[in-house]
Amino acid sequence: MKHALLVACLSLMPWLAQAGEAQPMAQDPQVEARLVKISEELRCLVCQNEALSSSHAELAEDLRREVRKLIRDNKTDAEIKTYLVERYGDFVLYKPPFKPLTWPLWFGPFLLLVLAIGGFWRYLRQRRQLTHPHLDAAQRAQAEQLLKD
Amino acid sequence: MKKFLLPLALFAVLVVFLGVGLKRDPREIPSPLVGKPAPVFSLPTLSGDKPFSPADMKGQVWIFNVWATWCVACLEEHPLLVQFAKSQRIPIVGLSYKELQGSEAANALSSEADKLQLARERSLKFLEKAGDPYKLSVMDLDGSVGINYGVYGVPETYLIDKEGIIRYKRVGPVTPEILIETILPLIQQLDKPA
Repeated sequence: MKHALLVACLSLMPWLAQAGEAQPMAQDPQVEARLVKISEELRCLVCQNEALSSSHAELAEDLRREVRKLIRDNKTDAEIKTYLVERYGDFVLYKPPFKPLTWPLWFGPFLLLVLAIGGFWRYLRQRRQLTHPHLDAAQRAQAEQLLKD
Repeated sequence: MKKFLLPLALFAVLVVFLGVGLKRDPREIPSPLVGKPAPVFSLPTLSGDKPFSPADMKGQVWIFNVWATWCVACLEEHPLLVQFAKSQRIPIVGLSYKELQGSEAANALSSEADKLQLARERSLKFLEKAGDPYKLSVMDLDGSVGINYGVYGVPETYLIDKEGIIRYKRVGPVTPEILIETILPLIQQLDKPA
């Protein structure tokens, strides 16, 4: 117990020193630059609206560590993304891949646009066809009479 | 009257979509691992026996449950796991996922052996108190095995068949409903003698 307490206290020290900042494991600026670039296109799975590059979640840190390792192993961007997709699914990619399952995602907006333009065009045509009712003199007189009353 | 029919229909469609959207859990991401072989690993066990690897379970249907003592949702499902383990239907293997968090894990002052020791002590204490549903637990201190299994929210539960293929994955606590309606029937189906 005493030992655990000591470890707990000691372990607070490095934490105080690096207050919440994501610690770079590799100091190699080239690796870091690539890491940032790749992880901007990856989603953090814990806080789903954050990119992997900016998330402070523990898992994000672990995944960045993993990506760093892959970068140092000279893996291409595509290989790194495949590595993550194999484990976490397409969901990790901010830009969904182009495949039958994601077709609605890619074509949906254009389909909606076409539908909307079509609907609007039909509406305009209908309106143009509305001819103003033609009144003869007797009807006009009757209408004026009604308006006066 | 007919004029209102179209907007009404569109509204109904919208309501259905939103209704379905409300019921879905955005945290639940379909796992690409279902239908694939369980990733290979070899990790030290909680009890300190020889390292465990998934190949040791070949020929058995088994549950792989990711847990940690710091994980609140794990506490929620724990009694159910204990109860299930009592039925001795199929073995549950635990993956103690990153038992040491943040500062403790990053602490450069203590050696790997010390960290493993601390994680073991804490996990054993917890299991002693809450009951131990696991045939054995393996220690994934740095979470790297977790990454290979696509773990992103503890607890997670995998059902693995006799050939070592992942057949089901659940992110979040297993509830009695999920156990009875999904997992048990699947076990029955997978556990049939060939």
